[in-house]
Amino acid sequence: MADVIEVGAARDDAPPSAAKAPRRGATAGRTGRATPYLFLAPYLILFGVFGLLPIILGVWLSVHQWDFQLPNRPFVGLDNYKQLFSSDSAVFGDWWQSVRATAIFTLLSVPLLVVVPLGLALLLNRSFPGRTFFRAVYFAPYVLGVAVIGLLWRFLLDANLGLVNRLLGVVGLPSDTPWVTNMPWAWISLVGVTVWWTSGFNAVIYLAGLQDISPELYEAARMDGASAWQRFRNVTLPGLRPVLLFVITTTVLASANMFGQSFLITQGTPGTETRTVVWFIVEEGLRNNNAGRAAAMSLVFALMLVVVSIANFRLFRYKED
Amino acid sequence: MTTPTPTTRHSALTGRVVLYATLVALALIFLVPLAWMVITSLKTYTAAQQIPPSWLPNPVAGYGYEQILNNSANPVLRWFLNSMVAATLHSLLVLVTASMAAYALARLRFRGRGVTFALIVGTLFIPPTSLIIPNFLIVDQLSWIDTLAVVVVPGAASAFGVFFLRQFFLSLPNELEEAATLDGANQWQIFFRVVLPLSKPALATLAVLSFLTNWNDFLWPIFVLFSPEKLTLPPGLGLLQGSYVTDYPVIMAGAVLASVPVLILFVLAQRHIIQGVSRSGLKG
Repeated sequence: MADVIEVGAARDDAPPSAAKAPRRGATAGRTGRATPYLFLAPYLILFGVFGLLPIILGVWLSVHQWDFQLPNRPFVGLDNYKQLFSSDSAVFGDWWQSVRATAIFTLLSVPLLVVVPLGLALLLNRSFPGRTFFRAVYFAPYVLGVAVIGLLWRFLLDANLGLVNRLLGVVGLPSDTPWVTNMPWAWISLVGVTVWWTSGFNAVIYLAGLQDISPELYEAARMDGASAWQRFRNVTLPGLRPVLLFVITTTVLASANMFGQSFLITQGTPGTETRTVVWFIVEEGLRNNNAGRAAAMSLVFALMLVVVSIANFRLFRYKED
Repeated sequence: MTTPTPTTRHSALTGRVVLYATLVALALIFLVPLAWMVITSLKTYTAAQQIPPSWLPNPVAGYGYEQILNNSANPVLRWFLNSMVAATLHSLLVLVTASMAAYALARLRFRGRGVTFALIVGTLFIPPTSLIIPNFLIVDQLSWIDTLAVVVVPGAASAFGVFFLRQFFLSLPNELEEAATLDGANQWQIFFRVVLPLSKPALATLAVLSFLTNWNDFLWPIFVLFSPEKLTLPPGLGLLQGSYVTDYPVIMAGAVLASVPVLILFVLAQRHIIQGVSRSGLKG
């Protein structure tokens, strides 16, 4: 994601900083050398304790057998990691099941969360009366928390009392789909709810990106007789490249961290098929008192996400060349 | 520009109709579930069980709200207040710490500036959920479990806030600062009297986004709060679902209560929120 930041920073700094950079901060000397550090101190204390320390502590925990109920927390080296990868350990099955659940959810939700919001953004990018209103309406669900979304959809998807099955019945479709308890419905529900909940967020990001594409490019394409599809393919998509990269990366991360939806809507069912990695990690660490192993899982999980993000960047660069 | 012929005018009209039909259909998909939450919260228990369900609560019942407001086992009002206090203090803490740090990183020159900034931005790429176990141990050591501090402070180490405000401060013209320096102002005076007043839109955006995040946080509070009177709304709602299993008017009343403040905030600060989101998207 460094790429996105550079793009942003460059865009922000480029014209003014060329002239101003040498002068910036030139006045700092008047207030004493400690001043910048005093400005930073409150944040850095917070950041040190709750941002950096957890990273170090996480690594340290992962090589210890850290049980909240044990007096000793012996050093176990890479044992916690080995257990995650050896099929005869007690945790192996549940761990990979949760990885599988997370992967399924991510693979199903990301394409929709990339494409549907793009459609919404293209729709909302045209100028028409009421545009701000519709933009707000589509964004509104996103401001509600996962707790509200979870309870609401648990109710809407209820097989007997839920509105979804009622409405399907009215239009003559099956009205007894077990949305939250059976496969593949449970995944369809979780993905559908997430798309409903967060599409507005990605759409707004796309909209900002669309507004940065020069209208002259569209004008030129039109002069060349490009069709709407060709304009989209050759002007819009390339123009959105940095935004697309941002949307894909953040959406993959958000989907991989999914927890609340399955905790509240499907409650992990059927079986533990919809229990995600984040859920399993906190359960292992905080309910089963196995903080060391949970920390090892967190690191493996974080590493997987880093690999996915890097792959993302590679793919995008490649496509461009 | 060519003059519109009757056919193009006609197709423009058709285009408009199709556009609005699509917009309205989509709006219904986004709004009906929310409306259903409010409608159900105003039904009686029996009315909510009725098949087929009625679109309007008839009679309009305060039953759902009475249940949650008068039940001492589930002190929903208390949770509401806890959430309000926590989210307010949290966003204040983010504003104060992030604005000061961002000012130093954007406008002051000092040793270690580059490294500090890189370190802060670097943590933006670490999924916060992967730090939840060590963070739990830290707040446990601080004896913060089941207190207000545990939902106010840890999340306030906002790398996003620092990054966001730094970008904004960088965009302010240097001349203002120079004029203030000539008038004999020191860095603190410049920060409080020049930079902060000019940054109201950015500060408001960050305040609103921090408030929303904290108000909606679910994963962290369900593990660090457990006394019924200490809970915030999101874990409280989970508890409500447990105790009223299928009594949907009660559960939906709780959901409405948790939604109203953020929806009001959204309507009031809509432009700021949407701008803040798109800014965060384009600028990291």
